[in-house]
Amino acid sequence: MVIASIAPENEIGSLTLMPTSLTLTSYAQMVDKIPIGGAFINSIIVASSITIGVLIFGSMIGYALSKLVFKGRDLIFYVIIFMMTLPFQITLIPQYIIMVKFGWIDTYWALIVPYLINALSIIMFRQYFKSIPDSLIDAARLDGCNELQIIFRILWPNSMPAIITIGIITFMASWNEVLWPLIVIRDESLMTMPQLVTLFAVGGRAESQLGVKLASAVMLALPIVLAYLFFQKYFIQSMASTGIKE
Amino acid sequence: MINRKKILPYLLVSPYIVHFLLFVAFPVVFSIVLTFHKWNIISPMEYTGFNNYIRLFNDKTFFKAIGNTLIFLIIHIPLQIIVALFLAEILNQKIKLRGVFRGAFFLPVIVSGVVVTILWQQLFGFDTGLFNRLLTGIGFGKIGWLTDPNIAMTSIAVMATWKNVGLYIILFLVGLQTVPTQYYEAADLEGANHWQKFFKITLPMINPTIFMVVILSTIGGFSLFIEPYIMTGGGPLNSTVSAVLYIYKQGFFYYHMGYAATLGLFFAFIILAVVMIQKKFIEKDH
Repeated sequence: MVIASIAPENEIGSLTLMPTSLTLTSYAQMVDKIPIGGAFINSIIVASSITIGVLIFGSMIGYALSKLVFKGRDLIFYVIIFMMTLPFQITLIPQYIIMVKFGWIDTYWALIVPYLINALSIIMFRQYFKSIPDSLIDAARLDGCNELQIIFRILWPNSMPAIITIGIITFMASWNEVLWPLIVIRDESLMTMPQLVTLFAVGGRAESQLGVKLASAVMLALPIVLAYLFFQKYFIQSMASTGIKE
Repeated sequence: MINRKKILPYLLVSPYIVHFLLFVAFPVVFSIVLTFHKWNIISPMEYTGFNNYIRLFNDKTFFKAIGNTLIFLIIHIPLQIIVALFLAEILNQKIKLRGVFRGAFFLPVIVSGVVVTILWQQLFGFDTGLFNRLLTGIGFGKIGWLTDPNIAMTSIAVMATWKNVGLYIILFLVGLQTVPTQYYEAADLEGANHWQKFFKITLPMINPTIFMVVILSTIGGFSLFIEPYIMTGGGPLNSTVSAVLYIYKQGFFYYHMGYAATLGLFFAFIILAVVMIQKKFIEKDH
């Protein structure tokens, strides 16, 4: 696919493994035809915000559920477990209506806020924090740390495997998410990469220009593939441990 | 001070509670309300009683979509297990470049379904696609991978299998590691051949992994959407309309909010029923 995207347009059809010449025409036309640069930035903003939010909220809630004693703790835990088994097909339409009523259609809010809390990440933080001895937290308390300092200064440095796993899964899932953006974003300048590439692929604007379509697909895959090349071990471990796929 | 200590845990979990009420509890309740209404968001909601449900049970396309989704699962799940287990068995041997193969099989798992679909769309192409070129090259006729209604869903299921196989190879590899080597050594002493060892030792021992793969690919399969959306738009002759694609069309193409919510609710019950039946089988087996 990468080869086809840099092959001259008239040679793509023949699917030769090695084109006679390499060209970046397809990429130039892609930049010309669709706001791919803007979509790239949108995707970075959305996926990073979600990842940071999931890590912060997930560790706060995971900490409360694993290390603090309070009324209703078990109830909240069971609700989270239940939430994981609830099929998204049931909440899709009402969630869209909430976005309409909030005036969030065609804003970053719609893309980010519903994803800031993630049940799986809370469960994973809870599990991981349970393995950290209470004495560490008690010592920090004696030193005058407040609860937020305990989470971010004491627990975080001691939970790097969990943070890396959750960070990778969350970033990848948000980068690749396509159904929700298709629903809540209509304004081309706010579209994320998968949405823009999808609409480009089905919308007919790539018609008879296969090279451009393939070039946009390469652009969509590139950041995740690059990250994968560097952190392959973490990717495989993370996903094998949760069984999560996109 | 004591008061602060009591309130603090609730402060920490409050983002979850707000999120749960807003994006889970309210939508579930509201979706039930919606099923009794006709609404296009712009004009006021109109109470229609059980009309949406009556319409659902007479909606041939919706049942076709559910049927398509089930066909997808029936092809996809066994294929997924066989291919993943086969490759895991090979990668479990001490072969050269094992890590490279594992890494390569895993690549499609992390890449967007949009990318995989665009790539396979070219492979499946009728005139210029690689598969038909290979077929005509060795003297066979062309196959309408995406244009023949009897084949299109199978093509999509094969593609989905290719996309996810890397993940399940890893899960099976983990499963295979848990089988004690003494079992194989004992079998070797008894003179068992490779197939006997596979069916009598490996398969029973990795049963839990197989069930996990079944459940995971069932849930994944029920959310089938972007592949037919890009590849076929649901065609030919609605043969690749998945349930989610149909709900999406009803909701965001025709703006039948009440009806789409009814379809979503009904379909969610089917998903839960199928997963629960699968879990029952698993518990019975153990």
